[in-house]
Amino acid sequence: MSVRTHLQQLEAESIHIMREVAAECQRPVLLYSIGKDSSVLLRLAQKAFHPGPIPFPLLHIDTTYKFKEMIDFRDKYTAEIGAKLIVHTNRAAISEGANPFAWGTQRCCGGLKTAALLEGLRQGGYDAAIGGARRDEERSRAKERVFSFRDTRGQWDPRNQRPELWNIFNTRIHPGESLRVFPLSNWTEIDVWQYIYAENIPIVPLYFAKLRPMLVRGESLMPIEQPFVPRLPGEEPQMVMCRMRSLGCSPCTGAIYSDADTLPKIIEELVGMRRSERQNRVIDHDQDGSMEIKKQEGYF
Amino acid sequence: MATTLTPVADDSAFSEFLAKETSKGLLRFTTAGSVDDGKSTLIGRLLYDSRSVYDDQLESVTKASAGRNAGAIDFSLLTDGLRAEREQGITIDVAYRYFATPKRKFIIADTPGHEQYTRNMVTGASTAELAIVLVDARKGVLTQSRRHAYIAGLLGIERLVVAVNKMDLVGYDQATFQQIETDFLRILESFPQIQAYFVPVSALAGDNIVTRSANMPWFTGESLLEHLETVQVGTRAQDAPFRFPVQRVVRPNLDFRGYAGTVVSGRVSVGDRITILPSGRQTTIARIVTFDGDIESAETGAAVTLTLAEEIDLSRGDMIVTAEHLAEKAHSLETTLVWLNEKAAQVGKRYRFKQASRMDWATLKQVQYRLNINTLEHEQEQTLEMNAIGNVVVETARATAFDAYQTNRATGSFILIDPATNATVAAGMILQAAASETSHRLTEVTCSLEDGVLRIANEQGFDVKIGAEGMKVTDPEALDALRHFLERLRIQPFDADKTDWEI
Repeated sequence: MSVRTHLQQLEAESIHIMREVAAECQRPVLLYSIGKDSSVLLRLAQKAFHPGPIPFPLLHIDTTYKFKEMIDFRDKYTAEIGAKLIVHTNRAAISEGANPFAWGTQRCCGGLKTAALLEGLRQGGYDAAIGGARRDEERSRAKERVFSFRDTRGQWDPRNQRPELWNIFNTRIHPGESLRVFPLSNWTEIDVWQYIYAENIPIVPLYFAKLRPMLVRGESLMPIEQPFVPRLPGEEPQMVMCRMRSLGCSPCTGAIYSDADTLPKIIEELVGMRRSERQNRVIDHDQDGSMEIKKQEGYF
Repeated sequence: MATTLTPVADDSAFSEFLAKETSKGLLRFTTAGSVDDGKSTLIGRLLYDSRSVYDDQLESVTKASAGRNAGAIDFSLLTDGLRAEREQGITIDVAYRYFATPKRKFIIADTPGHEQYTRNMVTGASTAELAIVLVDARKGVLTQSRRHAYIAGLLGIERLVVAVNKMDLVGYDQATFQQIETDFLRILESFPQIQAYFVPVSALAGDNIVTRSANMPWFTGESLLEHLETVQVGTRAQDAPFRFPVQRVVRPNLDFRGYAGTVVSGRVSVGDRITILPSGRQTTIARIVTFDGDIESAETGAAVTLTLAEEIDLSRGDMIVTAEHLAEKAHSLETTLVWLNEKAAQVGKRYRFKQASRMDWATLKQVQYRLNINTLEHEQEQTLEMNAIGNVVVETARATAFDAYQTNRATGSFILIDPATNATVAAGMILQAAASETSHRLTEVTCSLEDGVLRIANEQGFDVKIGAEGMKVTDPEALDALRHFLERLRIQPFDADKTDWEI
């Protein structure tokens, strides 16, 4: 009897989770963020429901500050696999001038991501939102459940989470309450890349190294897609061989120096890398434990 | 899928390494120890030495360490998660950690060892194949060691590693280690199904964690990590008979009807003779369908979709099993319950009962005894408080197909959900069908005619309405009411335990 590999076991576990959601939840939705983890989620959903279609829509919370390459990829790929895509934006905040420089990172994220997400979920009447978060991303996620319970305001209370035993998941909720479901809970960043490689899964080209215009500030490489990114006196963008390790809004996602332009090179780089993937995201460095605070407020 | 979006893989020398990387195995283990056994330090050490900790994480805990009484790096801080407990210096919930070596990927269910947190230990052990129990070399085998061994055995863990920690504080003394080994083996006499490996370590100093320690030349066994990388696990499920709880009926068009689920034990091949439980109908496997194409056979752990040679009516919650070795079937079950909720167990109360993919109702009939987790003695009790473990007779509304938990974790386990709060209140392990098994349980059923609609209700107030537009049944409870009513009329209209009536 051959022993199943770690990727096969992780894949089967994620498929099991997705099928439980489809079987037991009334109105599930898959939160699609266009990143590599979302690409993996989509492939797992295809596998879970084959030969049928994915039985729930995808919801993208668009801050309007995502990289253009992400939006192009989103529209092309979701059409290609025949998924139903819903895009939701907090228009009110945008018209009030929300951007990370005018509002500050915390407030901008609060409006364009957290509030927009809660609003999008409410409008769709979704009772279960499947997301690509992993427990290895951040210390406060290590105790996150696969089926994470949210109260009627969409908020997370670390003291009000259900024990999860075996792979028997409790999906029961009262009207107005909801679940966030994380099929990739047990995957690590390297598992995700290995799976993308093994399965040849399409991902946004921004992950691959290429010469791109960046503002170079010390160790940080800042993309300049949005016109409101402020420049220091005399500062000019430079062409830098770089790539994105994780994707978000262009003003708040730093690039890393890299010449990894293929999947094996990315994985090779990752194996030798000594910085965690969230390090390059500006949003996490406001204070120690900041992700935990965002989560309590309803952020994914 | 031919697409312009698909990245092109190169064929560098690294691809060879990748082929190996993508085909390694997986070990899930749990750790148990008391507050000061150095468990967090041990896990921090494993993560650090396997390079699973990034520099920025290390910087952030080195910063945090400055405010506590700790050395240069406090490894335990790498595993402390939430702010509140970081401040209190105690972990209060199960945390999952990940690390990998060239041989295996590891998932650690890190559970606090404090006395009142039985529920965390049980939760962590439920998904683990192996448990590491820490023993402080200075303190020797304590009451809690017995508790840890018991919970590991109860949850069906086959492998135990007893890590005798803080060997540096006893001068790396061989006799101390041997005494603890002897004492612990005596405890394990009560748990013959557990195989144990003993290793003397110092988590703080790194002795025998990754590499064998020069400080203990008398120890000739494998280091902790070497053992974790090579120990064989998972054979119990692979060797058990084929079981497949149906998660979903897949019916994308009229030409295809398949059953999605995971092979939870044994294996299945095209042409295999199978039985559907609880109905007992038999047929053969026609196809094993996956996104990557049909396969000839599927082994334990595979998530697939099965099609059957004959059109048989089955639904979510049914179980497909090998016709050669059926699972058992009963309403009344003798179980071991671990109570997880602040609201104590109530005899006579009905809870939602979820076993594999099946949701049912169950009534707690009788607490046979409560186990004293420290002495392992049976105590007479009418209830189970939070963190209590006891043997309880549970009666399910519909017949439950099951295997004893110790022979099959996937088909012998269940959870109980409080219908009012939706909290998961208990973890259950089925021992056997209860001796008092009765095939019929009649509850009070009332029947009335309202505006041309026949209404049948049971004592719980759930009802079934049969009118000109057909029959509306929305809940298994309602179906029970209808079944009981028809049973009273001595009509047998139902096909086994079908639940998804929509007429």
